[in-house]
This record gives sequence, C-alpha cells and structure tokens, in this order.
Amino acid sequence: MTTTVPRPSGRRTVRDRLFRLAETVTTPLLPDDYLDLVAPLRSGAALRGRILDVRPETRDAATVTIRPGRGWRGHTPGQYVRLGVDVDGVRQWRAYSLTSAPGRRDGLISVTVKAIPDGRVSNHLVRRVRPGTLVQLDQAQGDFVAPATAPRKVLFLTAGSGITPVMGMLRAGVPAAADVVLVHSAPTPDDVIFAAELRGLADRGAIRLVERHTDTDGVLGVAELADLVPDHLDRQTWACGPVGLLDAVEAHWAAHGAADRLHTERFRPTVISPGTGGDVTFTRAGVTVAADGGTPLLDAGEEAGVLMPSGCRMGICFGCVVPLRQGAVRDLRNGEITTAVPGDGVLIQTCVSAAAGTCDIDL
Amino acid sequence: MTAIQKKAHNPIAHLTATDIEELGRELDAIRDRVLASRGEADAAYIRKVISTQRRLELGSRAVLLFSLFPPAWVVGTLGLAVAKILENMEIGHNVLHGQYDFMRDPKIHSTTWEWDHVSPAEQWKHSHNQLHHTYTNVLGKDNDLGYGIMRVDEDQPWHPVHLGQPLWNLINACFFEYGIAAYDLELGRNLRKGRHKAPEFRARARAVGRKIRRQFLKDYVIHPLLSGPSFLSTLAATFTANLIRNLWSHSVIMCGHFPEGVETFEKTSIEGETRGEWYLRQMLGSANISGSRLLHIMTGNLSFQIEHHLFPDLPSCRYQEVAPEVRALFARYGLTYTTGALPKQVASAWWKVIRLSLPNRSTETPAPPPADALPHGPQERQDALATASV
Repeated sequence: MTTTVPRPSGRRTVRDRLFRLAETVTTPLLPDDYLDLVAPLRSGAALRGRILDVRPETRDAATVTIRPGRGWRGHTPGQYVRLGVDVDGVRQWRAYSLTSAPGRRDGLISVTVKAIPDGRVSNHLVRRVRPGTLVQLDQAQGDFVAPATAPRKVLFLTAGSGITPVMGMLRAGVPAAADVVLVHSAPTPDDVIFAAELRGLADRGAIRLVERHTDTDGVLGVAELADLVPDHLDRQTWACGPVGLLDAVEAHWAAHGAADRLHTERFRPTVISPGTGGDVTFTRAGVTVAADGGTPLLDAGEEAGVLMPSGCRMGICFGCVVPLRQGAVRDLRNGEITTAVPGDGVLIQTCVSAAAGTCDIDL
Repeated sequence: MTAIQKKAHNPIAHLTATDIEELGRELDAIRDRVLASRGEADAAYIRKVISTQRRLELGSRAVLLFSLFPPAWVVGTLGLAVAKILENMEIGHNVLHGQYDFMRDPKIHSTTWEWDHVSPAEQWKHSHNQLHHTYTNVLGKDNDLGYGIMRVDEDQPWHPVHLGQPLWNLINACFFEYGIAAYDLELGRNLRKGRHKAPEFRARARAVGRKIRRQFLKDYVIHPLLSGPSFLSTLAATFTANLIRNLWSHSVIMCGHFPEGVETFEKTSIEGETRGEWYLRQMLGSANISGSRLLHIMTGNLSFQIEHHLFPDLPSCRYQEVAPEVRALFARYGLTYTTGALPKQVASAWWKVIRLSLPNRSTETPAPPPADALPHGPQERQDALATASV
C-alpha cells in the first residue's frame, strides 16, 4: 500500500481553486486534456513514457528504453511494468519485465521484449516501433523479486525471455556477495538474450553460467539438475520460462519439500478447463454478447467494442479486474467457478475468466 | 414527399426481395472490407483533428482576451466558431457514434466522451444513435422528421401551428443546441403527457441544467471576465461563435433528411424488416452534400449522410472513400442517390419547411392507385416485402 505525505493544507486549497477555475474554462474537457498536448510526461498527468531507443538483442528480441513520466515511482528488480501500446491504432496492454537497474541516474527504464509468433504487441515493439512514440505506463508491479537481503546461495532457472526479470536482478547487483548459479535455456547460442553481458559476468566470476542450447542438446529436464547444480534444492530459486518448465520445476521442488525456496513467474496462463459459456452483459455499456466457455471475458468484451481494462492477459497483474454483479464465471486456469448474486460485486479477472452461464459485468 | 408506400411511382417497385437481400450483402461486403483495414491511419486522423481543434480553441480564446481590438474580435470569433463546429461535428458526433471505439483509448471513446454542447452526451446518444438511426425516416417513429415541431412530409397531418414553422425553424437554427437538448429530453411530449414530475425525467432535466450551467459559465461569464476590459466584446464574440456553430450545424443536419428526393416510410413498413430492407431505407432516406474536402470535414462528414446512415459506426474519414462504390450500387439497382451543393440542399430543405407550413394542396395529395392499374405498384411491393420477411 502506498501513502503520500499530505501537502500543507493552505497551498493545496489555492492549487485546487486554481484547478477548479481552469476546469470552468475548459469544460467539458479538463485542463489536463490541453496540457497533454504539450507536456504528456509532466507530473500529475496519467502515467506515460516516451520510447527513446529500441536496440536489438537477438534476431527476435529487443530492449526498449523509455523515459517514464514524472509520476514514475521506481521499481524493485524482478518486477514488471504494464505497457499500453497503440498497435495498428488499437491500444493493447501487455506486461514486460523491467531489465534496467532501478534508480538509474538518467531516470530511464528499459524492458526487453521477445517477439513471439503472432504476438501483436511484441512484434510491434521489436520490429516497428519508432523512437519518440508515447506509450501508456502503469507503476511497476510483481512479487517475483529478490529479497532485500540477498540469500547466500541463489539459483536462477530461466528459459527464453524468462531471463528478463532475472537480468533486472543481476544488473541491480543482487549477486553481490552471493553464490549465484544461472541455468538458462535458449534454442541456439545466438538466441541467448544478453549473451555478451551474461558471459561477461561468468568470466568475471560473478555468477556460474550454465547455458543450455535446446536445438542441439534438447529441452532441459529437471532430473538433469541433480548433475548440473547438485545443491539446487538448497538454493533460493527463481524460475521463469514456459509453462512446461515451470510445471515440472514446481512439481520437483514440491516433491522434495523445498517449495518454500522456489519463486516462479509465469508468462502464459495454463488453460485446462473450458466451460459452458453463456450470455454476458456489460451493464454500463449496455452490450450483451454470447461468449463460449473457452473465451476469456476480456476478449469477448473487446470483440464487442466494450472499453475493457486489461494488462498482462495472463492472470497476474490484476489490471483487468471488474465487478461481477451476477452470474457465474470459470477460471480458465483451474476450472474454479466464481458466482455472484444480485447485489454482489465479486471482483473477477476478465483475462482468465470465461462465462459459465449468464453473467452481468459492471462495465 | 409522401411515404414511399403510397407513391404513384414507387422508386423501389422494380426490386424483388432477392434483389434487396443481394444489395444488403454487397453493402455488408463494403463494410467488412473497411472494418478489416481500420487501424493506424484512422486513429492518427482523429487524434490529429482533436489536437488541431484544441489548439484552435485555445488560441482563439487567447486572442479573444484582447477582443476590444476589432481584428482580434474577428479572428478570435471565427476561430472559436470553427473550433466549436469541429468539436461538435467531426469529433463529438462521430466519437459518440462509437466510430473510434476500436482504438480502446479511454480518452477517445463513446462511453467517456463529453462534448461542447448543452445536451449531455448520454441523452443525445440515446435519441440519436438508438432512435433516429434505427427508425430513420419512418413516419411517427423518427422524431428527426421535423423534430416534433415541424411538418416536413405530406403524410404528417397539418395543424394550424405549422403556419409558423418557417419562424420556428429559424429560431431553432439560431439556438440549435438548446433545441437538441429539448428534443433529447422529449420535452414537448413529456410536458404534454404530464410526465414532467416523473423522477426519471427530472433526473435527466437536472443533467441538462447542469450542462447548460457549465457551458453558460464558460462562454458567457468566465471567459469574458478573464478578458478584463474586453468583457462585453468577448461576451459578444462567444455568443456569435455559438450562433455561427448553431446555424452551420442546423443547416448541415437539415440537408441530411429534408431535401426533395428523400423518401419516408410508413410505420407498418418496418415490421419484420430484413437487413437488406433496412439498408434500402437508409439509402433512400438520406441525402448528401457535394463539395470540397474542407466542407466534408466541417460537416463532420455528414455531407456523406447516405454512407453514414448505411455504416454509422465506421470512422467518418472513410465515408469519402466508400462513396463511389455506394453510388455505383445505387446506379446498378436503379435507385436515386440524392446529393447537391450545400446552397441548393439548404434551399431545398427550407422550401419544404415553407411549403408544408400550409396544408397539402389537393393535386399533391396522392390518391391510392387502383391495384389493377399498377402491376408493380406499391401494394404488391408491400405484399412482396411481407412475404419475404415472413
């Protein structure tokens, strides 16, 4: 939770009065709507950032450097940020791990994006976006972070773009005094994001780096960890990568009673439970759509032109949460049913919830 | 004009039910193509118009702070009038139609937009998007046919009050935004039926009151006060700018459905109406204005009223692009594409308001034709429609 120090009350009322006066001149717009024309990054504005630079990392990944607006409150290494990017004229929100160290002197932040096949936003950011573009930002979020006091022995277990939050931690100097092992998988040596920097860290002895090139050596099995990192169960472990890897890792750590030492971050929801579907009414928009049991309510709403809040689209950031007024929805990740009766306002995540009958959504 | 179903020469009598459904499919194809290509250019367009409008409005209001100086008065007034026209026509009307909702930008969205107008967006969207666009030109259903204060069709019954309608129309033109607010409130009907005490009506009336107060305060109190010694001249300037905006939007909107050549429809004719028939009604119930690109922007692309009524939620900047295809469809299906230059269309609409202030002359009253004399007459057409829609 965030608290703000209250301003001296006298100054506040003068400022408020001035703003109220300005509002009477700009109605039906707000003074902000005019200020946004010239100073979109000013303090007090909706949080935005300007892309300064897009630097290729591999053939399908790039680091996007952003000057955040004055309202940016900084981040903890390992956290992600939600970016709202206009792709083909349509605002799309996605969450990306921050790869810059916090508190850079120049105030810039960076995210590193891997273009996934048919990924609208990732391909746009890696291949098309131009410096100077404004993007919408949200404050950094996520609890896939290193603890304030670095543990003595650390294992980072990553694959593909799963390296990005870990890079954020490494750059912030997490390994300072610790014994750090990084086991990273990528299809080929050329596909390793931050390859030069990681190998440099290894050469300097800051980390022990185990690179796995899956095109030639096959996908890493958890059983192999016993040989690669014999004490892996004793280490505080951060794992980030595809669903298959994380499922296996979680099972392995749990089976050995070490689940409390494992921290994971997922990129995609595991969809296991399509339900029956039903008519979904977005009550404030006055729109009703028939949604099937496999379509997230977020997609169904967007398809129908409802202005849906959204974020990571994988059930982690809670940027899409809205009240369910009545009806039933099914969590696509675990099949759990959430119901609401009239008068309720059960908060649901639309990106991982599908209709499990008729429902009314307060939007 | 007279309801199409009663005309001696029914302009759609030559179309079979199959023709009409094929016409509908062709229009759907045009719509689908535009939807598929909708994107960055449309978003850039509306953002550009919005940014231009805001700069123009702010600049004009700044100039008007010195409105005692006559050139500043003229420049500021014209600039503010143009800014208000852009805001209402190309931005407000079209954003509130949801034409740019696809952008998912909460700042440019039909559910969040509020416009520089005394009618609250929410009420206008209901009376315009839901009622007018659904019941376009259906007698007794579409209140845009004369706004409930005028008679603009031979088939609307004459009443002595209509003798004054050229005057009502002129007054309505000068204070058009208030006319629209009253219309959206259905003020006349609600007062007549004694519903003015109903809580729902009172809540809506209060919303209009709040909007009027805010608009009034901005244009006629705060801005003049900020002008200091130019108080009175700025007051005159903002009044003039609002007057110009009202006269302009009234003229453009009159050209949409009132000029000669536009058809009206009987209430019963839309029972069980198919998609194709709905399209056909929009095609015949609207009229365009020909002119330059600047004119199209200043009318909010309502100069493409036909295309707008066919595809009310396509981005306004696309109507010009689809117009040639739509016009070719009219030609192919033997229908009349009603269009003309602005002065001609305005004159035509005004002439109708003046002409119909008097009762129908007997020669103009269409006699129901004997059924056997018109093998492709309206009655048969009606039957065909009725069969087709069963």
